[in-house]
Amino acid sequence: MSLIELAQPNQGYSYAFLDAFAKRELRRRILKGIAIPGYQVPYASRELPIARGWGTGGLQVTLSLVGPDDTVKVIDQGADDSVNAANLRRFITRMSGAETTTDANQATIIQSRHRITEEILREGQTLVLQVPNPEPLRRVEPDMAKARILHADADYGQMWLVLYEQLVRFGRYIQGASYPVMVHERFVMAPSPIPRWDTPDLHQSAHLTLLSAGREKRLYAVPPYTNVYPLEFTDVPFEVEDQSEWACRTTGERNKFMNELPQDDGSSVFELSDTGYMEKLVNHQRGEDVTIGTTYYDSEGQFYHDGYLKPRRSRQESPDA
Amino acid sequence: MPLLAVNDYSKIFEIHHLGRQIPVFQHLTFDLMAGQFLLVSGPNGIGKSTLLRCLFRSYLPSSGQAIFDSSYGPIDLARASDIDILTLRNEEIGFVTQFLRPRPRVSALELVAEPLLGSGIDEAEAFQQARDLLSNFGLKRELWDAYPTTFSGGEQQKVNLSRALVAPRRLLLLDEPTASLDIATRESLANRLGELKDQGVAMIGVFHHPEDVQHLIDDQVELAPIAVHANGVPGD
Amino acid sequence: MTDTSNPGAVVKSHPMLDAPIINRVPPLVVARNLTKYYGSIKAVDGVDVIAYPGEILGIVGESGSGKSTVLRLLNLEEPANGGVYHLQINSLANTNLFDLDRFDKRDVRVHHIGIVYQNPHLGLRMRYSASGNVAERLLITGERTFGTLRSKSNASLQASEFPIDRVDDPPSVLSGGMQQRVQLAKAIALQPELLLLDEPTTGLDVSIQATVLDTLKRIQRLRTITMILVSHDLGVIRTLADRVMVMRNGRVVEQGLTDQILEDPQDPYTQQLVHAKL
Repeated sequence: MSLIELAQPNQGYSYAFLDAFAKRELRRRILKGIAIPGYQVPYASRELPIARGWGTGGLQVTLSLVGPDDTVKVIDQGADDSVNAANLRRFITRMSGAETTTDANQATIIQSRHRITEEILREGQTLVLQVPNPEPLRRVEPDMAKARILHADADYGQMWLVLYEQLVRFGRYIQGASYPVMVHERFVMAPSPIPRWDTPDLHQSAHLTLLSAGREKRLYAVPPYTNVYPLEFTDVPFEVEDQSEWACRTTGERNKFMNELPQDDGSSVFELSDTGYMEKLVNHQRGEDVTIGTTYYDSEGQFYHDGYLKPRRSRQESPDA
Repeated sequence: MPLLAVNDYSKIFEIHHLGRQIPVFQHLTFDLMAGQFLLVSGPNGIGKSTLLRCLFRSYLPSSGQAIFDSSYGPIDLARASDIDILTLRNEEIGFVTQFLRPRPRVSALELVAEPLLGSGIDEAEAFQQARDLLSNFGLKRELWDAYPTTFSGGEQQKVNLSRALVAPRRLLLLDEPTASLDIATRESLANRLGELKDQGVAMIGVFHHPEDVQHLIDDQVELAPIAVHANGVPGD
Repeated sequence: MTDTSNPGAVVKSHPMLDAPIINRVPPLVVARNLTKYYGSIKAVDGVDVIAYPGEILGIVGESGSGKSTVLRLLNLEEPANGGVYHLQINSLANTNLFDLDRFDKRDVRVHHIGIVYQNPHLGLRMRYSASGNVAERLLITGERTFGTLRSKSNASLQASEFPIDRVDDPPSVLSGGMQQRVQLAKAIALQPELLLLDEPTTGLDVSIQATVLDTLKRIQRLRTITMILVSHDLGVIRTLADRVMVMRNGRVVEQGLTDQILEDPQDPYTQQLVHAKL
């Protein structure tokens, strides 16, 4: 028998693309991130066959976790069918043999850019969020070395100052996506650019959330059942985007996060941003047998953790009164 | 015990870049009792004001003692720490001169009340006393809330005298307070000083025209070049 | 007679003065033998700073005399190469502040020390509102009610005699005098025991300078706050300071009551300084 016959055939890549050392490093970093909720763990971001800035951070986390028995869902701004999501999904499944799905309930790993599903994720599921800018302090402290000292000291005065300034100038918090949150009463975290609508979903969630920035080489985590609170003044509550005004053009659904579709006549129509959820609603309306999970917000717009979101302020009520 | 016992007191200015020492007075000795009025006399330029400034510690005396019987106990003004001198200036020893530059953008009334405000007295009461004194010295009522930086020389004098005399003091150092005052103000000042003297305030004064306060004078220290005369007794 | 041929000679003004006997209140600031090197340059070379509660201590000297470095050491901004520094505050009285770790130093700076810099860029965020600059101090201490932050920062700005209709303007559009008032409001927002002033009015118009000095005087009177004022300007020192230290080449050449230092300086260097400037 010759040596060539004894050796493994040349595959050109490892299982799930990353070599064993890279995966081991990532898994250790993930464990550290889970052990210190909200803390940004540095890692050696590997080269991948997609460009930095196109989800390499999320992809590396997914590849280090995925196995042949997993079912993977990949979404981009809520959509399973965007080019970027489709490419990532195809790459993951080709490298790992995992199944894919568009149904949030069926997935074991959900890699997402900028959204959390409308249906409540359950224990055992892992949400991987792609993060462009992991550092919430960047806008107030451009020097990253100094920003890390501020984190170490839990010195978040400047973050609060930004919110104070928003109230002074605009009378409300104007930050939309990536609204800063306090995780486990310790670290202020940028929850990737998910809309404010999704931010409360991180609080005391049953699933694990991993956030990873490939270009910035930082990952962090919100373990299951961890406190996550938006930064808000006691007398000016944090508010999510008001979705009560419009209905989905396809399903008639209300009080979910909508995409606005501008029309030629200047008007707009609205459609569910979460395409996997919309697909299930459509199929259900056609009489197919689909299981639709409970959503974070009910049809009245009530969040599933009672009392977490404070009542919306009336528009006349100025904080400066 | 005298309120102030000055003993063997000397002042020599040392001008380093000229390499010169200029003696002003030497081996001065005198006592001052509470309620006593002491006139410092001598020819122009002899250093009468220098003596007052040494006692107030605007100048550092070169040697000797000036034991002041403060409410805290006897203390040597020549050697007392700066912070103790500041306390005495705030509470017990006043320096009365007309020639102070008023701080900009502070009203006459506020300027006069200020020494009282620092002492913890009720604010309304402090301003009342300031008003009384200003009217006593004849400053026109419409000027009370104006800034003395814009006042005439004579009006500024009235503000300065009021400020210097508003707070209760045990010892007043009077540096030509009557010079160039109009007759009415001079009389008001003499009356005020007389009142204070009756209350037991001791005073050491330098006067261009001592006759303005002649009736108040109890004793005098005469300064003369080099040789020094104490308590009116000629030296050598 | 002092040897004037050696300008480096150190002459202490009047070492014959007694220790305080009237004042039983211990000094708020006791810093001894402060030393700071920059490479081989001794910027501060064995300086003692004693300041009593409620007084204004001036530090005067030319550029490079070390006076601003002394202030930075007292603000715990940079590490000293030697010396001890105590603030007579209950929880800290027995602590050499130079020995504290970074976190505790920051805590001391937040709660007990305020500072106003000559250059407002050092003390202010120029693009945030004046009110926000002040509110930041309160935010650091954990105040999380917007209404309270707003009213307290406005109160502090008012105490600094900042015009209340401009509290939402950023310092970048304010005049130099107004910027200094914002710095001052920020510095006193948490009612510190010690206020450090580094050339607070240098570069301002003379008339503006006078009004800022007047505000400082009023704050000192109303709040019994201890101030240490660094200036090269003897007029500023005369207006504000109760006592003054004269520094040269990193050392104190003379100290005394302000009027005494200005009118009867003892040290040859101080005599030159006073006669050159007045």
